Amino acid sequence: MNFEATLGKHGLHLKAVGIETLQVNVGKLCNQACKHCHVDAGPKRTEMMTKEGIDRCLAILESFPAIRNLDITGGAPELNQHFCDFVAGARALGRHIMVRHNFTVTLDPHPVTGENMEFLPEFFRDHGVEVISSLPYFQEKETDAQRGQGVFEKSIESMRRLNELGYGKEGSGLLLNLVYNPVGAYLPPAQEAIELQFKEELKKRHNLVFNNLYVITNMPINRFRHFLERADLYESYMQKLVNAFNPVAAEGVMCRSLISVGYDGTLYDCDFNQMLNMPVSNGLPNTIWDFQLDRLAGRNIVFDSHCFCCTAGAGSSCGGTTVK
Amino acid sequence: MASYYESKDLAKFSDVGKNQPELWNKFIAWYIEATATEGALTKREKSLIGLAVAHTVQCPYCIDAYTNQCLETGANMDQMTEVLHVTAAVRGGASLAHGVQCRNIVEKLSM
Repeated sequence: MNFEATLGKHGLHLKAVGIETLQVNVGKLCNQACKHCHVDAGPKRTEMMTKEGIDRCLAILESFPAIRNLDITGGAPELNQHFCDFVAGARALGRHIMVRHNFTVTLDPHPVTGENMEFLPEFFRDHGVEVISSLPYFQEKETDAQRGQGVFEKSIESMRRLNELGYGKEGSGLLLNLVYNPVGAYLPPAQEAIELQFKEELKKRHNLVFNNLYVITNMPINRFRHFLERADLYESYMQKLVNAFNPVAAEGVMCRSLISVGYDGTLYDCDFNQMLNMPVSNGLPNTIWDFQLDRLAGRNIVFDSHCFCCTAGAGSSCGGTTVK
Repeated sequence: MASYYESKDLAKFSDVGKNQPELWNKFIAWYIEATATEGALTKREKSLIGLAVAHTVQCPYCIDAYTNQCLETGANMDQMTEVLHVTAAVRGGASLAHGVQCRNIVEKLSM
């Protein structure tokens, strides 16, 4: 199960091809504690990016216009007290901003401060944010089984508020993309097929619309790995990922075009490496404080066996499948 | 032998083709085309049909394979449970329908 050996067998030597996206994990605090979360995020987590860290990320964006996208994730990134300043700063710099939004954070009070978060949909609209939201299924029982009791109902209400502002509607320019991931130890369906099913079902059942559905394969680390191990499924799940290795999917892995920033400013090839504490290596600058685009843009990527998750079947990334 | 059926044996399915690879290759190409591609039926619909047949022939390998394929094509447990009822109803109905033969025989034999 050696990922780099598998790449070699297919004549692949994958390096970064540039940095189009700065993906910043601003903290592990979340109002939810999903069973599959690769971050181990939850209401009791305290790791949080400081104002200095966020200001430094904005300075990087200002210095390097080639980094066109800012992808803000967490935890629930909106729970970082500097989140709004981060978005506003990046907007002022003309960057495309994506927020990994879990829907329910709009309706739940802030788990630490108790602050009302219902301003979020309007804030997103006013700053042209692309909203990317997890919704593992169009039914309550599957969604709640993975994300917690009551999450589906709140997600539907939150999605309705976004739709009312124009999110997900043709011609509005306001993008609402959903993320599907399996509710268990199996691979996701074909993206086009499940997107069509979601569109039909959400329209029919709730009169809701969205733009695209991104399919993501569950990453066998942290909470999802613990589930696999408890159920004695880890080996068979890994074997399934290995058997489904697709060299075409491998060529499109997201780590080739983004860099991931941890809450403490450390740089990683992706959010998964971040959670496994595997920073960019080979003597490269590995924090935002010594960021050098020219040295990082063509870097060798740090791989391990979990990378089979991103290369299985049609591939998996924060933007869905990698084989289009 | 501890059991005739071992889940790990499903991975050995292709071993069946070892002595007649040409026949195996024809079978597997047809099998994949028939069960795992989008056509007039979606792959999800084909998976649900496969699940029904798997329960009809009561093959543990097929049940394992098609349960996974149903999940991996986006089917949910409500749909899969309805499939099980369709399977059971058709099987049960087939038994009852043959009751006509029973009745025909009784009619023929009776004064």
